[in-house]
Amino acid sequence: MAAKIHPVLEEALLPTTHRRRFAVYGLLLLVLLCFMLDVVLGSIHIPLKEVVAILSGHSSENAAWVYIIEKIRLPKAMTAVLVGCGLSISGLQMQTLFRNPLAGPSVLGITSGASLGVALVMLSAGSIASIYSIKELGISGSWLLILASTLGSAFIMLIIVAISAKLKDNVVMLIVGVMIGNITISVISIWQYFSAPDQIKDYLMWTFGSLGGVTENHLYVLACVVLIGLFISFSSSKLLDALLLGENYARSMGLTVGRARLLIIISTSILAGSITAFCGPIGFIGIAVPHLARSLFNISDHRALIPYCCLTGTALMLICDIIAQLPGSQTALPINVVTALVGSPVVIWIIMSRNNLRSSF
Amino acid sequence: MGSTTQPILQAQDLSIGYKLNSKRLRKVAGPLQLEMHPGQLICLLGPNGAGKSTLIRTLSGLQPMLEGRVVIAGESISRLKPAAMARKLSMVLTDNVRSGNLDVYSLVALGRYPYTGWLGTLSAADKKIIHWAIEATNTEAFIHRKMDQLSDGESQKVMLARALAQDTPLVILDEPTAHLDLPNRVQLLRLLHQLAKQTNKAILISTHELDMALQVGDQVWLLAQGGQLTTGVPEDLVLNGSFEAAFDKAGFNFDKETGTFNIHQGAGQKVNLVGHGAAAFWTRRALQREGYIVATDTAEAVCTIKITEQNNGCLWVSTQEGSYQEHPTIAALLSSLRAAADTPSIHREQTEKDKA
Repeated sequence: MAAKIHPVLEEALLPTTHRRRFAVYGLLLLVLLCFMLDVVLGSIHIPLKEVVAILSGHSSENAAWVYIIEKIRLPKAMTAVLVGCGLSISGLQMQTLFRNPLAGPSVLGITSGASLGVALVMLSAGSIASIYSIKELGISGSWLLILASTLGSAFIMLIIVAISAKLKDNVVMLIVGVMIGNITISVISIWQYFSAPDQIKDYLMWTFGSLGGVTENHLYVLACVVLIGLFISFSSSKLLDALLLGENYARSMGLTVGRARLLIIISTSILAGSITAFCGPIGFIGIAVPHLARSLFNISDHRALIPYCCLTGTALMLICDIIAQLPGSQTALPINVVTALVGSPVVIWIIMSRNNLRSSF
Repeated sequence: MGSTTQPILQAQDLSIGYKLNSKRLRKVAGPLQLEMHPGQLICLLGPNGAGKSTLIRTLSGLQPMLEGRVVIAGESISRLKPAAMARKLSMVLTDNVRSGNLDVYSLVALGRYPYTGWLGTLSAADKKIIHWAIEATNTEAFIHRKMDQLSDGESQKVMLARALAQDTPLVILDEPTAHLDLPNRVQLLRLLHQLAKQTNKAILISTHELDMALQVGDQVWLLAQGGQLTTGVPEDLVLNGSFEAAFDKAGFNFDKETGTFNIHQGAGQKVNLVGHGAAAFWTRRALQREGYIVATDTAEAVCTIKITEQNNGCLWVSTQEGSYQEHPTIAALLSSLRAAADTPSIHREQTEKDKA
């Protein structure tokens, strides 16, 4: 009897596995293609042959091209990959933890914390250090701003973790997180209200987000932090699976809900906080990619969903970056605008055509 | 059978309730003495608000107890770590788990959660237990469907399969029959009854299905409104009047002969019913709906109804104040009774109400 059922179970699994493999290979190809395109396209035209040569380690007769590829375009494309992975995973974790399809990396107020840190530096009138570093290094390329936003998000994260340890209910945690975000934003608003127009403009520029500010040195730091965050997330995939059934079931299966929540909050904070610190606030990716991945792969198991989310997030982020450069033109659009402008219709289209989002968180 | 074996669950002087704030407690019931033995199906019955869910949540460690202690398989639950507890006790809750992307197989596989490693990889042994759980609950047919594509009955069976995959000696189900239709309720309770006997698991369910609980329950825990708990074999509790006491409310009476609560209460007129079998049962039901008290003696009866069986059906013969009538159907019998009653009080009230 038992022997009879096993083949049935395994066989019926096959069609979905096939489709999933197709989607994985398709996405991998798309990521590679987009990565190449992202490096090839830009305001200065560099022939494809030269790009390939420079990427494969050969030098080129045009030193400026080598510099552009190695110091500007490659770090930017790599940053897009890190941002795509990090933000989608933090969004996925928040959606599962709170069982809410609208949750994203920003629900805990971590990203507003980063903004608070930046606002503190930029808007504190007369601070010579900040003005100097901004003028010297450009707005988002400054270690000072990175440090400020890291401290800002770490500060909010500590508050959230302290509150989380006292709460039993995830829904209460969600509300508290949103409220703390609101408090942070209003503090920034008060600061803006009393600041000079120039300073406000600098701050606004930061809120548009930018992948280009991450230089080679920054990239190593960002990559390390994001990888740590991704590792913690991946190792908590079993906890996330259990949380799909809700807190009560998770507890009845032996999950210590408080500890699991703490782990998830910490990894989300590391991911969202570091990315916001280096690239400024980038919206939309964190909310949309988990839905896209669930829709494309039709799966709920986090051990698989986390890599799939990384893949989908990377592809989407690279596409957004390509579009932001407005290929063929000299100007570039802020990335934070493009992600929402380009990504939202894509998500609407996929979700409406597949119609399986109803309760897929 | 149970009393000779070691109890799998034991509650001593257990008080259940809520902590309203740091100083005030709201005790729902207690002190309670409870015991569950392997192979027993126990039905927890009681009116809404008596504390059934609180008791279940307390026994399963989801809610702290106010006083006393609960011992599961020799260990006090206050000392058990969640992971160890999950290997002794599995649950089916009333929580909704209709996550759209979760397929049935993955959900049942989650039952292996307490046994798998840090990434949740399933071993061959894990898969064997999952397959057994799927088979035992007859859920093979929809194993690859998504959770939001299941009916309530299917969903409940799948949740039971998940609990079985957790492979615990004790299974607790909180109102598993709540949203099910009659065939599904019967199926589920029969399944639980068989599981208790075949796997020697101890199963506790809270339910409102009084008549079915009386049929399948090896034991009944009857929790009354004030928190009094009566335990025993269901038939004993029926005969000693515990059921009536537990569901003590006006306009509500428990019929010891059928094991059901009557919706209709006799308005006062008494009829004498002579007959037996199904026909007598349904005639009694019809008469009770009409407001009569049905009795088997003739004292003070306004009418006598005799059921005679014929080769092509039944015949109802009513004798009222000397007049003698035959009726081919219950409908005919009832209309004749209505006509005979001189301006029924209910009707008069109704017309007065309409006028107002």
